[in-house]
Amino acid sequence: MKFIESFVIAIRSLFANKLRSALTMLGLIIGVGAVITLMSLGSGLQNYIASTFEGLGTNTVYVQPSNPDAPGSAQLAPGYAPPSLTLDDAEAIADIPNVAGVAPVNENFVGLSYGEEDLGSVVEGTTAEFLEAMGYEMATGRFLSERDVASRDNVVVLGSTTAEDLFGDEEPIGKRIKINDKRFTVIGVMAPRGGGFFGISFDELIAVPITTYQSRLFTQRTASGEDAVQSIAVMISSSEAMDNVRADIESVLRKRHHIDEDEDNDFALVSPEQILEVFGAVTLGLTVFLGLIAGISLLVGSIGIMNIMLVSVTERTREIGIRKAVGGKRRDILLQFLTEAALISLVGGGVGILAGLLVSRGISWAIDLADIGFSITAVVSPYIVILAVSVSVIIGLASGIYPAMRAARLNPIDALHYE
Amino acid sequence: MIKLENITKIYQMGKVEVPALKGITLSIEEGELVAIIGASGSGKSTLMNIIGFLDKPTSGSYFLDGSDVSKLNDNKLAEMRNKKIGFVFQTYNLLPRASAFANVELPIIYGGGGQKRRRTLEALERVGLAARATHKPTELSGGEQQRVAIARALVNNPSLILADEPTGNLDSVATAEIIAIFRQLNKDGITVVMVTHEMDIAQQTQRIIRLLDGQIVSDEKVT
Repeated sequence: MKFIESFVIAIRSLFANKLRSALTMLGLIIGVGAVITLMSLGSGLQNYIASTFEGLGTNTVYVQPSNPDAPGSAQLAPGYAPPSLTLDDAEAIADIPNVAGVAPVNENFVGLSYGEEDLGSVVEGTTAEFLEAMGYEMATGRFLSERDVASRDNVVVLGSTTAEDLFGDEEPIGKRIKINDKRFTVIGVMAPRGGGFFGISFDELIAVPITTYQSRLFTQRTASGEDAVQSIAVMISSSEAMDNVRADIESVLRKRHHIDEDEDNDFALVSPEQILEVFGAVTLGLTVFLGLIAGISLLVGSIGIMNIMLVSVTERTREIGIRKAVGGKRRDILLQFLTEAALISLVGGGVGILAGLLVSRGISWAIDLADIGFSITAVVSPYIVILAVSVSVIIGLASGIYPAMRAARLNPIDALHYE
Repeated sequence: MIKLENITKIYQMGKVEVPALKGITLSIEEGELVAIIGASGSGKSTLMNIIGFLDKPTSGSYFLDGSDVSKLNDNKLAEMRNKKIGFVFQTYNLLPRASAFANVELPIIYGGGGQKRRRTLEALERVGLAARATHKPTELSGGEQQRVAIARALVNNPSLILADEPTGNLDSVATAEIIAIFRQLNKDGITVVMVTHEMDIAQQTQRIIRLLDGQIVSDEKVT
């Protein structure tokens, strides 16, 4: 018997037993589809988080208050780390050689209103250097100046989304808006930057002079009673100078904070890479977890395939007997079952890939549509596809072939009388 | 054509050995129409299965057309079964989800050779079922199913047709039709060996071999 004939027999047999074929394929489709969906959403999430930090500048270091007595990464958490930095600290850091710029940043949630419009936003109290340190550009008007900061002016610069939401087509420059019921004049709108951080788009931020923030919006004091700064972004002129500058910042701040030799720092230096690493570890864990769930779906799907294949071959032992009685050889029988299993596996696997692609795209799309402030673009890795398909194809083939081998070895009469 | 010498068959039922055939010596010439009769349990089906190499004897030798069957491997046996022998079973043994046409075509697919469609339709024609080629077994009566099985048995132009209780599940009208078909096939030159337990069917053949407890107790020509 030629190969093409066994192919025809297999196709006929699959079509003659539509329900059985469909159920077997369903196991594959669910298994492969789940793996591809979960894994591609996982890596989409990783990419999203990585993109959040893009444009922050690799030559930037953030100085934050730290509580050396708190465990692990809680050292940096605002609840555990009492405010220890001030504007004077920022100025002192600015004097260190190879420091290109310093942007102290305080931030908090606020309510904005203009006319009938009301919306929530995040306000950044900062200085002129913020624009460059965070990778923003201006669309219209100007950013905060040193004079604004020095004179505690009630001026505000809007992110592009916020400007759009508040003003629509209206020209925002020169208009007065309310931030937590206090009046501010809009002096500029930043260009769309993209990115965001867990639900808050970077284009929703607004910026006010840090001095105004401290005196009119949120007052927070250090232990010594000075106005507190939540974090200081330090831009360094070149990456070679990074290590030296970090050491200098540390010694300057230790001196200014009167920290003894045997005491730990009440501040910490964090680079975007470090933050990325922490989140990378979290998302890697998430991806591994998703992978585990996906693996279990694949396993369950495979067991489903195995189950149906085993049961169907047992059912089909009589068919094997008939085929042998009319002159089918063992290899003809095996070839038929191999072809059937291969067709089911390939078609099921293929549909599974499609289903995975569609579902993961669909979820990405639904997240975008829900407009919850972040987006995940599903990233389908070819390795995942190959892995998922080969696992299920191997299981499909093995569970199709093994019982067929056993049945094909029987005496025809035993196969015919098989109950 | 068929030559059996001292064939025995012992079934192993757990620890108990059950002898089904106790030394059968028998020869059947080409062109004969033979009935093997006996009560159930007499070993007549076992003998039939051994003649068609659906089963292997425990001991003894079997020559078909002069070649020693015990020396042939599974593939060779499958080939011989395909080319020389056609089977008809009491329970028809058709593939339930395949059409009559596909069932009859099966031996050609395994045996190869061209003109599949013409040969298949010809075989269906010979049993008077060409009009029902596209029907599935479940859409056919018992007699029709058995005729499909006969068409399948003769599609490769075998020299021997083995029928195991071919009319066991049929009413008297269908039985008469089936027996008439076998007689016609025999007239066309095919050797037919039929297992039955009904004497009036056996009477319509040329030779009756009677089995009892795994042994031949009589072997006589029908006059």
